[in-house]
Amino acid sequence: MKDNKTLQYLLIGIGLLILPLIAQQFGNAWVRIIDIALLYVLLALGLNIVVGYAGLLDLGYVAFYAVGAYMFGLLASPQLTDAFPSIAAAFPNGLHTPWWVVIPLGAVLAGLAGMLLGAPTLKLRGDYLAIVTLGFGEIVRVFMNNLDAPVNITNGPKGIAQIDDISMFGVHFGKTQHLFGMDFPKVTNYYYLFLILVLFAILVCYRLERSRIGRAWMAIREDEIAAKAMGINTRNLKLLAFGMGATFGGVSGAMFATFQGFISPESFSLQESVMIVAMVVLGGIGHLPGVIVGALLLSALPEVLRYVAGPLQAMTGGRLDASILRQLLIALAMIGIMLSRPRGLWPSPEHGKAAATSPLPQATHMHLAPAEQIPPPVTHIAPTE
Amino acid sequence: MSETILKVSGVSKRFGGLQALSEVGITILKGQVYGLIGPNGAGKTTFFNVLTGLYTPDSGTFELGGKPYKPTAVHEVAKAGIARTFQNIRLFAEMTALENVMVGRHVRTHSGLIGAVFRTKGFKTEEAAIAARAQELLDYVGIGRFSHYKARTLSYGDQRRLEIARALATDPKLIALDEPAAGMNASEKVVLRELIDQIRKDGRTILLIEHDVKLVMGLCDRLTVLDYGKQIAEGTAAEVQKNEKVIEAYLGADHKHH
Repeated sequence: MKDNKTLQYLLIGIGLLILPLIAQQFGNAWVRIIDIALLYVLLALGLNIVVGYAGLLDLGYVAFYAVGAYMFGLLASPQLTDAFPSIAAAFPNGLHTPWWVVIPLGAVLAGLAGMLLGAPTLKLRGDYLAIVTLGFGEIVRVFMNNLDAPVNITNGPKGIAQIDDISMFGVHFGKTQHLFGMDFPKVTNYYYLFLILVLFAILVCYRLERSRIGRAWMAIREDEIAAKAMGINTRNLKLLAFGMGATFGGVSGAMFATFQGFISPESFSLQESVMIVAMVVLGGIGHLPGVIVGALLLSALPEVLRYVAGPLQAMTGGRLDASILRQLLIALAMIGIMLSRPRGLWPSPEHGKAAATSPLPQATHMHLAPAEQIPPPVTHIAPTE
Repeated sequence: MSETILKVSGVSKRFGGLQALSEVGITILKGQVYGLIGPNGAGKTTFFNVLTGLYTPDSGTFELGGKPYKPTAVHEVAKAGIARTFQNIRLFAEMTALENVMVGRHVRTHSGLIGAVFRTKGFKTEEAAIAARAQELLDYVGIGRFSHYKARTLSYGDQRRLEIARALATDPKLIALDEPAAGMNASEKVVLRELIDQIRKDGRTILLIEHDVKLVMGLCDRLTVLDYGKQIAEGTAAEVQKNEKVIEAYLGADHKHH
C-alpha cells in the first residue's frame, strides 16, 4: 500500500519534470500557458488561506500581486536609475537586485500590505469586507497608474519594461540552456522555478492546515464568537491570515514581473481578483487539491478556448469578436460547473454523512429512573470504542 | 473552607433606557454547581455575557481564582479561565468533533507559524498532546467514537456534549453552561444531568443558567434568582424554593389569594 503511494508520487514527479519538455515540442507558447497557470496556482493557494481557511472574502487580492510585481520591477530594471540621477550614481552598472533579495522582500512587503489591509477591516465580515477589499485592490492599481508625477516612480500607465530575468546559481533563466543534448528555453527554465515555488507553497499550506494556527483560522471561519470564547485572539489571527495569504501573492507577482519582463497597472485589474476568487471557489474552497485544479482549469481554459473561438468566429463570418466569445464560453462553463457541483469541482471530503444517533447504549433504560432523584454516578461516561 | 473560584459584585448594565442588570453579585466556591435562574428577560444571559466579556459592564468588580480579571475581551476571559457553552449551539460545524475540541486547546498551547511550517520537534510533541487530550475529552463526554465526524452531522444531544468537551479543553477554572438542556427531551436531560454531575465530581466548578427548574433544583448547590435585572433571592435550592419573591416572580403576585 505504502509502496503504491510512493510509486504514485514518483510517477507524478517524473510527469511534472518532463511535462515542459513534451509541451515545448508543440511550441513554447504551450509552456508559457503552463507557466502562467502555475503562477495562478500560487495566487489561488495564497487566497485560499484568506478565503478558504480564515473565511475572509478578499476581492482585492490582486493588490498583493501588484506589490510583488512592482517591487521586483523597480529593483531590477532601469526604471529607478533613469528617473533618479542619485540612484544612477549609486549603481553605475544599473540596478540589478539578486533573486535571493527580491523574492523574500516581495513576500515580506506583500505580507505587510496584507496586514495593512487587514487592520482596518477586522470588524467586517462577508459582503462588507468584500467591498472594502475590493476598494483596496483598486486603490493600489490607481496608485501604480498615477505615481509617475510629480516624481516618476512607477512610470504610470506606460508601465515598467526591461525587467531582469532571474539568474540563479550561474544559470541565466532568460537564455536557452543546453543540458544532456536538450534545449531548455526561457519558458522551460521558468517552469522549473515556478514548479518549485508551487510545491513549496503546497507544503506550507498543507502543514498550516493541520496546525494550531490553521485550526484557529477555520474556527474563526466557522463561528467567530465561539472562536473568541475559546480564547482565540481573532484580531491577531485574522491579521496573520491576511499577511500570510498576501506573501504568496507577492512572490507570485515578483515572478510574473521577471517572467514577462514588463509590467503595467493593466495587469492588476479587478478582473484578476475576481478570477482568483473564482478559481478558489470553483475548485473547492478550503481544499488544496480543489484549489489547484480550479486555478489550472480557469487559467488554461481561456487559452484552450482560443482554438474553439477561432472556428466559431469564422462560422459567423467574423461578426463575433473572438475575445468576447471566449469570455462568454468561460462564463457558461463556470455557470455549468457551479450548477452541477455547487461545492466546487473537488471539495473537501464529507465525513460521517451517516452519523449514528446518540451513542448511549444505556439511554433507553436511563429515562426509567425517577427524574426527581439524582441518578447514581455514571459508568458509561468514558466508553472507548 | 472551600476556595472561592468566582467572586463578582455590583454588576450593573444598562441598554439605553433599560436597566438590564442592577447591582448583581455572586460568589461561587470550588466544586460547586451554581445555578442562575429567572423568568424570560430577567437578565440571565446579559449577566452571563458580561461575565464572559461579550458585553462591557457599566460597573462591577470581578475576581477569578482570587485574581481580579477584566471582562473586556472575550478571548482574555477564556484565557483567564472561564469557558462557556452557548444557548444556541455554536460549534465549528464543518470541522470534525476532534478538531472542535482541539481548537479548545488553542489557548493553553503555543506553537506558531514557524513550528507549523517546519514541523519542529516542539510542534510535533505539542500537536500529539493536543490530539490525545482532545480524544480523551471526547471519550469523557461519551462521544469518542464520533471523533472524525463533522460536528454538524452529530445528533443534537451529542452536539451539546461536544460543546462541553470543547469548553473543558481550555482547562477552565469555571465552566459556564448557557441553558444546556434547551431543546432536549426527557431522557437526554437525564444523561446531561449525569454528565454535569460527573464533571462536578471531578473537581470542576460550574455556573449553570437554566430554564428547567427541575434540573436546576436537582443539580445546583446554590442558586441566584434574577428578575428584571435584580437579584431577588440567593441560597440553596430548598431556600430559594420557599422564597416569597421567587414564587411571585414565577407564578405572579396574587397566586396565593386563590
